Amino acid sequence: MSDVKNNSVSTKVYIPRDTTSLSLGADQVAAALALAALNHSNDIEIVRNGSRGLFWLEPMVEVETDQGRVAYGPVTKNDIDELVNSGLFNGAQTHALSLGDPEEIPYLKKQQRLTFARVGVTDPVSIEAYQQHGGFVGLEKALAQSGQAIVDAVKESGLRGRGGAAFPAGIKWQTVHDCGLEEESPQKYIVCNADEGDSGTFADRMVMEGDPLMLIEGMTIAGLAVGAEQGYIYLRSEYPVAQQILNEAIANAYESGFLGNNIQDSGRNFHLEVRMGAAAYICGEETSLLESLEGKRGMVRFKPPLPAIEGLFGKPTVVNNVLTLAAVPFILAEGAKTYADYGMGRSRGTLPFQLAGNIQQGGLVELAFGTTLRELLDEFGGGTASGKPMRAIQVGGPLGAYLPESQWDTELDYEAFAAIDAVLGHGGIVVFDDSVDMAEQARFSMEFCVAESCGKCTPCRVGSTRGVEVIDKIRQGENRAENHILLKDLCETMLHGSLCAMGGMTPFPVMSAVNHFSEDFERTTG
Amino acid sequence: MAEQAQWDRQRVSEIIHSTKSMAGALLPMLHAIQDSQGYIPKDAVPMIAESLNQTRAEVHGVISFYHHFRQTPPARKRIEICRAEACQARGSRELEAYAKEKLGISYHGMTASRDFSLDPVYCLGNCACGPSVRIGDEVVGRVDKTRFDELVDDAMTLPLEISS
Repeated sequence: MSDVKNNSVSTKVYIPRDTTSLSLGADQVAAALALAALNHSNDIEIVRNGSRGLFWLEPMVEVETDQGRVAYGPVTKNDIDELVNSGLFNGAQTHALSLGDPEEIPYLKKQQRLTFARVGVTDPVSIEAYQQHGGFVGLEKALAQSGQAIVDAVKESGLRGRGGAAFPAGIKWQTVHDCGLEEESPQKYIVCNADEGDSGTFADRMVMEGDPLMLIEGMTIAGLAVGAEQGYIYLRSEYPVAQQILNEAIANAYESGFLGNNIQDSGRNFHLEVRMGAAAYICGEETSLLESLEGKRGMVRFKPPLPAIEGLFGKPTVVNNVLTLAAVPFILAEGAKTYADYGMGRSRGTLPFQLAGNIQQGGLVELAFGTTLRELLDEFGGGTASGKPMRAIQVGGPLGAYLPESQWDTELDYEAFAAIDAVLGHGGIVVFDDSVDMAEQARFSMEFCVAESCGKCTPCRVGSTRGVEVIDKIRQGENRAENHILLKDLCETMLHGSLCAMGGMTPFPVMSAVNHFSEDFERTTG
Repeated sequence: MAEQAQWDRQRVSEIIHSTKSMAGALLPMLHAIQDSQGYIPKDAVPMIAESLNQTRAEVHGVISFYHHFRQTPPARKRIEICRAEACQARGSRELEAYAKEKLGISYHGMTASRDFSLDPVYCLGNCACGPSVRIGDEVVGRVDKTRFDELVDDAMTLPLEISS
């Protein structure tokens, strides 16, 4: 196979196969391009890469030339004839859709891509391409170290859980590492939380669709660190493209000896399987996820016991988000200090921010912690898609606060956000223009909690339904002052009395809307 | 009538047999059954329960907990509209109102012809290109009213897949 490729002079053309590019017609572009190449007797090899995350330019087509890659975008199937006639296969840059060297596009150039270095660059399921771009160096180093040394490196890097709770990964790993030391081969698990349900987030998906081998490598390293030989990726069922690509990558990793028994002749084993969720937001909560993996209703568990001690099937389990595990190969390959040199305060390293909602230049922006929200929007966002002024920004998913303009100078750092009753969460940033009705958004937050509560605790199960009713009364102008007091009281109860973040954080968006956009609650509707 | 449509007992039986030994087998088993039959037939529940040594109530409890699993045959084309915040910021509320009017059904409804069903979905992960819609297995971004009409028309004119 590789001989054939080496002997031919085919031009490599990259067309993404991630969900967003597909949703904008990437398959049709690929088909049209293949046909055009045939008609023009051009020998091309189409590589389906991931997206670089410049979504307003997708589908972005890249052509490999002697001087490196050149890009075109956003390309539709109707542009292909013109593009080909203007010399696309030779990398000519005369067409209006020409973007030049993709790495020089300011949006990409200004980023600090550690985790996303390969995403959008390589064929996501090719072991060869992965290794050519620095893949498996971290694993190789990990194989030469003790489990404790790996745990120490992760601690030293300062890596905190990227799923939202920001718990130090190294401490979680240490707990699992220390379990069952007296047993011969204690059963332990590595579980990857890929139930990326927060609106405005897609970084996990981009990793799984654009560089799944990095996640596989990170999970394998986690297994070596804590002494686990079985891993599961719990993937939401809304991500069928990620499922397909992950499974291809896992099959290739098994075939090349990077998964399975005796990994790279080390005598060490690690097995990995993708398990599908079934459309339940609550299963992104780690204990509910574990219940679901065990084949049960996704009901939240009481803690303690911590999953690190009694997790999946009652065994010690590392549960980490995709981005946490995906950061690990870099830490091992480049050194914990290199990673920790990025960031501010207790937030070390980088966070892949996701610009979403009503935004001109939506996409993935990986930066060190510490930039302000306003800088991020000004430098990368390009204003709203509607052209109207921005009014509210929800950071951290459906359980995150809505920030008014007066708070946009907050530094993107876990502690700085906590100080203003907001959360950084998984780094999703959803922009709303001035047509938004914040009372309607507050109602939606409660309604979402009604739909997705697991039902185990009363503040969440009943509180959310009562919340919808109270907000409706306020919006209809019924005993407004009293109902505002009631809503505040209800939010306090949910905040302090809920079993997990679902009920415990729903008050964040609700109260931020009430506190910062009170004028929207004074209009009378319906 | 079509409520308990034909389903392949033999095939379901094979799926149960091939998945029952997995760790935490129930979800993979339900997925495989729904992927092959389009839904979880009511009469398959006792078969599933028996294979896992669980009660029918336990199996039913799991099926009904998850939005993904359904116990009645699906429409020929399932349309899901993202209701989450990022799509709201791009006009998904107007789109959902339009879709309901155009198809003449509400959320969780199915057209009388059984051609289309309409459901809400909370995030398709396409948050920079909303409003997003999933039609069958395909996610489509930046769907306005015109694009929605096209999607529905295309689904009507393309030969509909009949699962064997």
